[in-house]
Amino acid sequence: MKERLEALRGEALQELQQVDNPQVLNDLRVKYLGKKGALTEILRGMGGLSAEERPIIGQVGNDVRAAIEAVIEEKQAIFQQAETEARLRGETIDVTLPGKALPTGAVHPLNKVAQEIEDIFIGLGYTIAEGPEVETDYYNFEALNLPKNHPARDMQDSFYITDDILMRTQTSPVQVRTMQAMKGKPIKVICPGKVYRRDDDDATHSFQFNQIEGLVIAPNIRMSDLKGTLLQFAQQMFGSQTQIRLRPSFFPFTEPSAEVDVSCAQCGGHGCRMCKQTGWLEILGCGMVHPRVLEMGGYDPNEVSGFAFGMGVERIALLKYGIDDIRHFYTNDLRFLQQFARM
Amino acid sequence: MKISYQWLNEYIDLSGFTGAELAEKMTRGGIEIDEVESRNKGVTGVVVGYVKSREKHPDADKLNVCKVDVGTGEELQIVCGAKNVDAGQLVPVATVGAKLPGDLHIKRAKLRGVESQGMICSAKELGINDKLLPKEQQEGILVLPPHTVIGTPIEGVLGLNDEVLELDLTPNRSDCLSVIGTAYEIGALTGREVRIPEPAIAHASERTDSHVQVTISAPEQCFHYSARYIKGVKIGESPLWLQNRLIAAGIRPINNVVDVTNFVLLEYGQPLHAFDADQVKSGRIDVRLAHEGETMLTLDDQERRLEPHMLVITDGEKPIALAGVMGGANSEVTGDTVNILLESARFDGGTVRKTSRQFGLRSESSIRFEKEVDPGRVIPALNRAAALITELAGGLATEGIVEVTTAPAKQQVVEVALAKINRYLGTSLSSLEVQTIMNRLSFGYSVSEEDVFQVEVPSRRGDISYDVDLIEEVARLYGYDNIPTTPIFGDVTPGALTKPQAIRRELRKRLTDAGLHEVISYSFTGPERTQLFPALSGESTKAVKLSMPMSEERSVLRTTLIAQLLETAAYNRNRKNESAVIFEIGSVFHTEEEKLTRLPQEKHRFAALLTGNRVEPQWNRKAAAVDFYDAKGVLETVFAVLGITDKVSYAAAQPEHFHPGRTAAVQLETEHGTEVIGYVGQLHPTLQLESDLADTYVLEIELAPLYQLAGDEIVYKALPRYPAMQRDIAVVLDMGVPAGELTALAWQTAGELLESVRVFDVFTGEKLGAGKKSVALSLVYRHAERTLTDEEVTELHGKVVAGLEQSFAAELRK
Repeated sequence: MKERLEALRGEALQELQQVDNPQVLNDLRVKYLGKKGALTEILRGMGGLSAEERPIIGQVGNDVRAAIEAVIEEKQAIFQQAETEARLRGETIDVTLPGKALPTGAVHPLNKVAQEIEDIFIGLGYTIAEGPEVETDYYNFEALNLPKNHPARDMQDSFYITDDILMRTQTSPVQVRTMQAMKGKPIKVICPGKVYRRDDDDATHSFQFNQIEGLVIAPNIRMSDLKGTLLQFAQQMFGSQTQIRLRPSFFPFTEPSAEVDVSCAQCGGHGCRMCKQTGWLEILGCGMVHPRVLEMGGYDPNEVSGFAFGMGVERIALLKYGIDDIRHFYTNDLRFLQQFARM
Repeated sequence: MKISYQWLNEYIDLSGFTGAELAEKMTRGGIEIDEVESRNKGVTGVVVGYVKSREKHPDADKLNVCKVDVGTGEELQIVCGAKNVDAGQLVPVATVGAKLPGDLHIKRAKLRGVESQGMICSAKELGINDKLLPKEQQEGILVLPPHTVIGTPIEGVLGLNDEVLELDLTPNRSDCLSVIGTAYEIGALTGREVRIPEPAIAHASERTDSHVQVTISAPEQCFHYSARYIKGVKIGESPLWLQNRLIAAGIRPINNVVDVTNFVLLEYGQPLHAFDADQVKSGRIDVRLAHEGETMLTLDDQERRLEPHMLVITDGEKPIALAGVMGGANSEVTGDTVNILLESARFDGGTVRKTSRQFGLRSESSIRFEKEVDPGRVIPALNRAAALITELAGGLATEGIVEVTTAPAKQQVVEVALAKINRYLGTSLSSLEVQTIMNRLSFGYSVSEEDVFQVEVPSRRGDISYDVDLIEEVARLYGYDNIPTTPIFGDVTPGALTKPQAIRRELRKRLTDAGLHEVISYSFTGPERTQLFPALSGESTKAVKLSMPMSEERSVLRTTLIAQLLETAAYNRNRKNESAVIFEIGSVFHTEEEKLTRLPQEKHRFAALLTGNRVEPQWNRKAAAVDFYDAKGVLETVFAVLGITDKVSYAAAQPEHFHPGRTAAVQLETEHGTEVIGYVGQLHPTLQLESDLADTYVLEIELAPLYQLAGDEIVYKALPRYPAMQRDIAVVLDMGVPAGELTALAWQTAGELLESVRVFDVFTGEKLGAGKKSVALSLVYRHAERTLTDEEVTELHGKVVAGLEQSFAAELRK
């Protein structure tokens, strides 16, 4: 009987080696191990064995079954893997086709730049003040030390609505309103917003543009503080290597006054097309608040001092992105706007 | 202002500075130099020549053959085409090997068979702006005055060895509108001394007051009027050196007397006027305001109608000059003039400015008066001009000056303490350093023991009246670069956005994240655009008009944002950007007044426009055109982000220029009750067609009420611990019943056990019958503290169903 079992093992293993599809494998499993299979058939004869032989033959029978099952399992695994592989091959897709992207809109580049500037000053402890775009002559000019007939009014030709009401030409009237509201308390604000000046539109001029001005008033504010503030701003805005340079200038509401250049980020100050070979870009006007302006705002120039600065958002955006025509900001071509949809 | 380097060099030693170096130094010191331009545009090898003879070219009618002496001993034969060339003239001659502007090399040449050994030049060929020359000199060759030395290089003769500095002056530094003023500035920057020439006047024995009497009848407009009388002048051309100075500054030489007044204007910054004294009746000068309706003929041959705010110089009766702006034709200096009445005065800047603006006459003279001239130079300039006229035009000046002063100039003394300077700038300057700076500025001063400076400001620096003005002088001469860089000393202040700013930023971020593009449009628009969308542009208010707009389509302030967004959409459509989903946050302007007496209302608004496709077709995705619910969805997102969804409702509305069946009023519950804060809907098809747009949806709402309501702190709500129960129903009812009313009724009926209700299907069809629709709702019930029983929910849900059936004649679909 033992011999028959061993023979069965040999026959089964040999036959199993030949199997090349799962159907045949299953048939062989039934043939050898099924209820009516060859192994069962042989082991039925165990009843005729002696009590000593029975466990020995039983053990052989189990060994044969285990050996056949092991091969079947091994074969099954191979067939399963092949089947899975075949199925996955059928599921192949073209990964180069475009996906379903989430929509990406864009904050307008002027607001993108303005927000960046605002965030720098918020980090420096400034709050943000706003005021009306239509202003009185008093807030726009007189309270800023520009009485009627002052020659400096030439510098900013205005859009008047009546003799006394006009489109603000600068965001400085917000400074005056802030001073009046703060009633002598220290101030640290920036004032962003739209301003309007009579200018024929071309690639570098627009009758409507955006300014951001800053105002700091407290006891003992010094011009060196102004320089420190502007350097810190410039380095955050244009890169940590940025240098600033102040040139004496004139604004009716500040004294001393200065124009501020930053070193050209494009060429690092060596001179290039962007900075017209000078290494410097003019981006800011600033100065120490004029005592007349302090007085008109309700502050005593003997008690406090202050500085103010102002910059054009368009100018900075033009430089930052290398835009060649200021009119793009207001015609809003979607192909232009889309370019600012990323960080 | 254009200033000649060589002229400056006469008053201050410029050795060691090229024009460019000087420009850099001045610019860094606060006087911006726009440009440094060489007067020589590329001339070499041109010399003064004498035309000995001129003959017709044998074979060319228009050419002349000239024999020219250029001082080399050798006579040159030159063929010249100019009409005005003639024997006996002194002319500029480009000899063989010479170079002219435009990279022109002069070579030996044959013209129609005749050899030419050079070229006789016109002013233009020498690179001189010939608009500044008399007409006859523009058309032909440049004829030089007699006594010019033959053989001399032309650069020296015409002042081409010079550079012109173009000053871009800030309004406060009108002191540099003169050569002397600029010399003082350079003196301050370099520490070098300024030398002013002493005028030497040739005098007659008579007294001026026997020829001239002056009265001022307008003391508010004329502060000082002084006059001199010069008899027996001979009007003629000015010498070249004087002409060269004027041309360098861009002024056209006219005659010796007028040229002198212009020369002194440039030199001292004091405008002067020369009258033909014999045309000034009995030598009487009265300065007064013009009479209503008075007219005068000005030097440019224009009849001017005068107004009572204009200041005129009269001969006691009629105007003979428009003060500070232009002379009168009736007293003009001409070739026949023999006696001169010379005026040097100080007029009110505002008066001159207003007149010159009104007539569009801005001159070298009016520009200087507008900025107020130096009271200290009225008389020195008058004397300098008299000296030059007697020198160059002959004649003798009578003894003395006739003058009237209505507002004598006061010596300005400004006090500043050293301590304040250092405190203000953040510097630690010594008294001595500040004294050195004052010396360089040529400011007189005294210093107290406490280091307080009493500074006597020279009259030329009318811009200095406060201590901070002196601090600026110290700062700029010390060097802005040398001021230290410090952090602000003091309390740390927290920076922050205000609530409206934070809201606007959040909206910008959310909307762009959802694929919308932000635009910024012009605040100025055309009147017809303010007539659009009256429900938003204000039915009872008006648009604000600019008094002097640049164009009709930018003449009023926008009253809505969507009218501007339409313009943007049309602009993009014309560039084949046919789909646009855009928004703007900005102000619109409304007023109740016809003519503003107070500021208009400025309303912050949010608006969006959707046109074309929301989704562009792609291999795996169909195109989706925008529809009403996309537009409404934008609003719903906004309100959800602001946390006020439950305060907003929508009601069908028919505002003008919107599609009457596809528009909703946006309603907000506020403390004042329900307010309409805007509209969302389709553009009226007629307007759509006019704008050449596909189906377009717009919305615009007020932001101010949202600033108030939005932004409550987020309060966490415990997650539900008991299960919910969902019941779906579908009802068939009349098409006209808004779905919003069904959900509202569900909320009302079910009370607080209803957690949510959602419309999950709406359809119409023949099966339902005409005028009917089916609406399917999904209701979720939940109790916060226990599990609801099936019976409870069934009862509650039954009530909802019954309510729907009763209120809307709805039929439950089974």
